[in-house]
Amino acid sequence: MNNKSRLSLLVVQILIVSLVMALLGRLFFLQVASGAKYQDAAISIQSRDVITPAIRGIIVDGSGVALASNKVGLAITIDRIVVDELSDKGVSLMQRLANLLQLEYADIYQNTRLCGELPTGQKAGCWQGSRYQPIPITKSADPDTAIQIVERADLFPGVSAKPVAIRAYPSFYDVNAAHLLGYVGPLTERDLLSTNDKQYFRSESIGKTGLEIQYDSYLRGVPGIRTVIVDRKESITKESQNTASIDGDHLVTSLDVRLQAATEKALKDAVLRGRANGYKSDSGAAVVMDVRTGRILAMASYPTYDPNSWEKGLTVQQAKDLFSETKSVPALNRAIQGLFAPASTFKVISVVAADKAGYDLNATYDCPSQVEVGTRTFRNFDSKNQGRMNINTAIAVSCDTIWYQIAFDEWLRDGGLKPKSNPNDYFFKAAEAFKLTDRVGIDLPAESASRIADREYKKSWYEQNKDFYCNYKERAKKDQQSAFLIQLAAENCVDGDKVRAGDAVNFSIGQGDTVLTPLKLTQTYAAIANGGTIWQALVGKAIVKTDGTVVERFTPQKLGTLDVKPSTIKFLQSGLRQVVVRGTAAGVFSGFPIEVSGKTGTGEVFGRNPDGSAKDDTSWFASYAPTNNPRYAVTMMIGQGGFGASTSGVGVRAIYSTLFGVTGGRVVPGEAIFPEGKPPEQLPKISLVIKKKGEQ
Amino acid sequence: MSQITARQNLYRKDRRSLFHGFDPVLTIVVGLLLFLGTLLVWAATRDWYARGGLDPQYYLKRHVINILIGAVLAYGVTVIDYRLLRAYTPILWGAAVLGLLIVLIPGLGTEKNGAKAWIALPGGFQIQPAELAKVGIIIGMAMILSERSHDSDKPSNKNVLQSLAVAALPVLLIILQPDMGTILIIAASVVTMIAVSGTSSKWVVGLLLLAVSGGFIAVQAGVVSEYQVKRLQTFVDPNADTQGSGYQLRQARITVGSGGLLGTGLFNGPQTSGRFVPEQQTDFIFTVAGEQLGFVGSGAILILYLILLMRAFSIARRTNDPFGRLVCTGVIAWFAFQMFENIGMTLGMMPMTGVPLPFISYGGSSMFATLIGFGLLQNVHARLRG
Repeated sequence: MNNKSRLSLLVVQILIVSLVMALLGRLFFLQVASGAKYQDAAISIQSRDVITPAIRGIIVDGSGVALASNKVGLAITIDRIVVDELSDKGVSLMQRLANLLQLEYADIYQNTRLCGELPTGQKAGCWQGSRYQPIPITKSADPDTAIQIVERADLFPGVSAKPVAIRAYPSFYDVNAAHLLGYVGPLTERDLLSTNDKQYFRSESIGKTGLEIQYDSYLRGVPGIRTVIVDRKESITKESQNTASIDGDHLVTSLDVRLQAATEKALKDAVLRGRANGYKSDSGAAVVMDVRTGRILAMASYPTYDPNSWEKGLTVQQAKDLFSETKSVPALNRAIQGLFAPASTFKVISVVAADKAGYDLNATYDCPSQVEVGTRTFRNFDSKNQGRMNINTAIAVSCDTIWYQIAFDEWLRDGGLKPKSNPNDYFFKAAEAFKLTDRVGIDLPAESASRIADREYKKSWYEQNKDFYCNYKERAKKDQQSAFLIQLAAENCVDGDKVRAGDAVNFSIGQGDTVLTPLKLTQTYAAIANGGTIWQALVGKAIVKTDGTVVERFTPQKLGTLDVKPSTIKFLQSGLRQVVVRGTAAGVFSGFPIEVSGKTGTGEVFGRNPDGSAKDDTSWFASYAPTNNPRYAVTMMIGQGGFGASTSGVGVRAIYSTLFGVTGGRVVPGEAIFPEGKPPEQLPKISLVIKKKGEQ
Repeated sequence: MSQITARQNLYRKDRRSLFHGFDPVLTIVVGLLLFLGTLLVWAATRDWYARGGLDPQYYLKRHVINILIGAVLAYGVTVIDYRLLRAYTPILWGAAVLGLLIVLIPGLGTEKNGAKAWIALPGGFQIQPAELAKVGIIIGMAMILSERSHDSDKPSNKNVLQSLAVAALPVLLIILQPDMGTILIIAASVVTMIAVSGTSSKWVVGLLLLAVSGGFIAVQAGVVSEYQVKRLQTFVDPNADTQGSGYQLRQARITVGSGGLLGTGLFNGPQTSGRFVPEQQTDFIFTVAGEQLGFVGSGAILILYLILLMRAFSIARRTNDPFGRLVCTGVIAWFAFQMFENIGMTLGMMPMTGVPLPFISYGGSSMFATLIGFGLLQNVHARLRG
């Protein structure tokens, strides 16, 4: 062997030893240094969680009648993973399905698109879940049709049929309660990623709105998890964990299904009545509250929708209509989300303001037909001179001009457009005393906060809008360039941050930028009725198990008290009674056997409808009954409904009729919703065999 | 009786032991590798076949048969007369070249993983002529490079050229398949043998340059198939092809890594059992070792290879015979680079190539070839004292 050979042999040997050492080092890195990481990765590859959703708890009214329950449906699902692989992306498949199931192809297409796949504005009806779940196109398929699909797997690749538990809203007594109950839907990617402590699984359904989402953690139960080890073909090779599902607990509400149905009907009738009287009456809300607890006994919003429509499979049109302006946005729960100027129902606050400002509530004041405020003329609602009257009568007949005068005088005293550094602000402080901007605290999602147009509001409004008004000619649209609007803009630019005389005057009669939700007004009137306690509005009463075990009780909370003297509250109570006895609501309640106290409101609305027409007045009636020893507060609001009494007042009387069992002007014994004169305190028994009330 | 018995006794006495000349270390190491390989092949296939309703011992049985045939071949190569070995080499080489031609004929060659490398035989058997070509090239080159003119201790340039020609024809045919893994192994053997032959360094440097530029041109000119390029890309960026070879390489790494220090235990690996790594009884057999035997077991396999190769180096150094030394170095380079390519690919250090792990992977042609290579080492060892 020559030296060159020897050297080469050595070089090769060193090279090979290094290669083996490199392999050993790499092996050490993979197995020892990063072994844990790869073990985790291996487990996620091998193991699959098979989730058995728990049976969702039902929602019942105070006497145990089901408002939300479960039933078995037959779902036809599409597997996007399979269908997307088809040469035509499943178009012909979906057309065949549409024919067979008598559905629209466009709906099937839309229903099986992930929401993220669609451009903004065209998401209506999209699938909120993920691509990896079979997407249901119907949950109420006919078994014969389902068999045709299953047997012809060649014609329907990726399509399967299986029985599913579906949420059912049984609508006893034709109750709807859609806005209260909400609905149930598939988990979204955001739900899955959410960092709250709830652990979701992809195949689960969760509450989307209303009580269904509010009490979801109780209703949902705990899904069963079976963890299996699978191979590359997804065949199960081993079971590593198996826990049974735990059924969801049930929600007992303070609602009463008959009262709820009656409230919905009264609201709808009020809307139709308003329309019959020539008003647009495009929306409305009604609330029945227990004034001693704050519990909600009924709550309705108009327009509404079928709560079962989601489980039936929403068509694209249905999904669009839910949020359509021309359909008055049925998805909106106006009782807690609608913000409307309270109009004359707000005068209870003005009474307190006048009292604090030192006006004698028992003295008499002029109620002229109009009042000059600066350069503008503010008229009485019906432009009539009512003569001299005391405040009590002013409430009853809803005189506006007395309040204009007081508000204007107080505004001048506070310095007018050059306010004192420490103004009295009796009106704003009275609104504060009623705690109107505090939330009602209802156990429903997305409650809107009411708004008081006080000095601070004006300042923040001005900060946001001064740029627009000070550059009005450039910023405003051509059709908004009328001389009046340009003049208004110029004024707004100069002193838009100030409370002007007109603002102060409007504030006193609940007009202008002050807006309340119907529920907030109900809570306020309930507080007047009960002597001053502001109760949290509550729908949920308790969470119970099927065997009757109480998991949790939701006891009403006192949110606060009206900062109003008891004597003033008494004065308000007597004034509200006079409204019904001899005032604006006297005609509506004449001959009604139950003593009712309340206040009408007819609110002017600025702005225009989508069709360009001017908006009609908001109709309000806020009330409580019985006048002595009050138990219930009932409020109705009809958007563009016209007069307070004739549209809403009549509706409220219909609700009281059901509540107290009034037929033909007298109380029929035993017909009252709560024969003992108060809602039940005991929790009902839960029966999963759904039966109507009275079918024992 | 006496005459026959006496002659037989005489014959017996005269005969040396059946394993005379065998290196015991080499034999034990290869025996251990074969034994471990058998267990791993079984562990890789048992559960999957059982679940498919097939014979769980299907691969085990065939693997054992392959080893037995290979052992006979190894024995034959060890004890074969030196001159016979030289005489048979052109036949072996010729047969390999013929085989390499046949695989390229449509209808006769079987394509698998993008390479037309197999000839299908009746009974489900397949042979891979490239494996036999390795043996043919090593012995053929060793023959030519060990020829000496009277006063020289290194091969002439003519001899070097001739030896390269011996390698070139099979290599060209394998490029046509294409099977880049085998070409790399052959190239490593060729360069190593030329280097150890003692010839001028120019040859070695030139060959290395040729290999680099040849590879570059091959990729550029598209001689290397799209499939090969893709494999190379996924080596550079494992996320480039998450469904194809990127997926396989990632699964392989996860499987090996999940074994940890001690492994999940033989026959007890969920990754292997779930068959998340493809080809796990052949090209990816090391993942089974990694998962089930852990760092301790799979590291032991590497050490066994290291002992085997070091022992072979020792034989190459001890022999006085240039032919024997060159055969040894050729076989060393072959085993070492094939092992490195295979395990390196499994561990994500090398691009994906479809080469089996010597002595361990399932597969007849490869088993026969590696055991013949083992026999060649033993043959050289046997003549150390003679």
